Amino acid sequence: MAYHLNFGYIWRHFDKLTWGLVLSLELAFVSILIGMAIGLSLALAYTGGGRRVRGIVAGYVEFIRNVPLLLLVYLVFYGVPSIGGFAYDATTSFIITLSVYAGAYMVEVFRAGLAAIPKGLIDAGKAIGLNAWQRLIWVRLPTMFRIVLPSLSNAYVSLFKDTSLASVIAVPELTYGAQWIKTNSFRVIEVWMVVTPMYLITGYALLFALQQIERRFAIQR
Amino acid sequence: MIFALQSLPYLWQGLLITLEVSALVVVFSLIAGTILGVAIVYGPRWLYWPIRIYSDVLRGIPLLVLIFFMYYGLPLFKINLTNLASVVLALSAFKTAHIIEVVRGAIQSIPVGQTEAGKTIGLRFGQRLLYVIAPQAVRRFLPPWINAVVDTVKGSALISLVGIVDLMLAIQQVIGRTYIPMPLYVLGALMYFVINYSLSLASRRLEARFAYIRE
Repeated sequence: MAYHLNFGYIWRHFDKLTWGLVLSLELAFVSILIGMAIGLSLALAYTGGGRRVRGIVAGYVEFIRNVPLLLLVYLVFYGVPSIGGFAYDATTSFIITLSVYAGAYMVEVFRAGLAAIPKGLIDAGKAIGLNAWQRLIWVRLPTMFRIVLPSLSNAYVSLFKDTSLASVIAVPELTYGAQWIKTNSFRVIEVWMVVTPMYLITGYALLFALQQIERRFAIQR
Repeated sequence: MIFALQSLPYLWQGLLITLEVSALVVVFSLIAGTILGVAIVYGPRWLYWPIRIYSDVLRGIPLLVLIFFMYYGLPLFKINLTNLASVVLALSAFKTAHIIEVVRGAIQSIPVGQTEAGKTIGLRFGQRLLYVIAPQAVRRFLPPWINAVVDTVKGSALISLVGIVDLMLAIQQVIGRTYIPMPLYVLGALMYFVINYSLSLASRRLEARFAYIRE
């Protein structure tokens, strides 16, 4: 009883996978944007704030980083609406989860980036008479972004892989597409043989493309 | 709230599975990752590329996809494992790839002069590795390794998706019976948090312990 591979059903429903892949990339993109906004504001609050602010930010970061993403996905999708008395669709729920998750990692990235700005640059800003806001906008943030760029592209690719968890709350991304095909055709092995390279190739293509951008903005030493 | 407390013994059973799977994966990936990590740095060329490809491929696919692939795919090669063994294998294979990179980074952070000094005083390869490289590399190895251990505990939640009753699935099942999601998710999150946060604290303790090595 040899098993015969048969990819016919997968090719017929390949659009489920391509659109799933597009949705995966979108989910990761939206989440990293919101995550960056969360991360940047909290990193600035942490760097400039007092003990209490630091404690709150550190608590948020440690909590998110030490709890499985899967549990956070369930918690936001099933848990929060049950006490809030409202509902949102799975995609919104997953974007919220992944953004909050990305935010915790972004805080660390931006905090390290802000700390890595040479003191001389900030002093130079003071010397030419920029006030604190101007220094932030014109000196600290541009320098910080160039320092953290490699971490940002790694985080984006990592979030892209994490979007596979959205399948557990039926967000129609790539892994969900795979499971849909699996359930309808029982071509279990074939579908994973197709989907795994899709993740792999997309992930590395993304990383390669982002590295080109990094090189363009890298600080020359 | 009383339901959440009554469910504690059941969650405890799940927690034990989570810890058991994590411990096995940590041990397996440490052994395999160290061997392959040393091999990728010091091994011959024909060994470099297979390990490099293994590590890059495994780190390039989502863990969830890898778990499903192994869980459903291994029987095709006439390898019939229990569901627990198949997820331990998937998680170990995934973590090994990460440990390889941690070991490689730790070894390569040691200046070449150290190896040369070892050669000069007549140490063989094994002796150099054991007495010169390892004691210094272990400091660079520990913090990212403990990160990987925390990641293993977190990643083990995914085994609930192939029907293994770990802490995650135990929580889901209790919610399925009681219909009180929020307290149980928070309870579960706290349980994971306590395990992982104490690991992170241990990591900081260890870093201080190995601070005798000068940069």
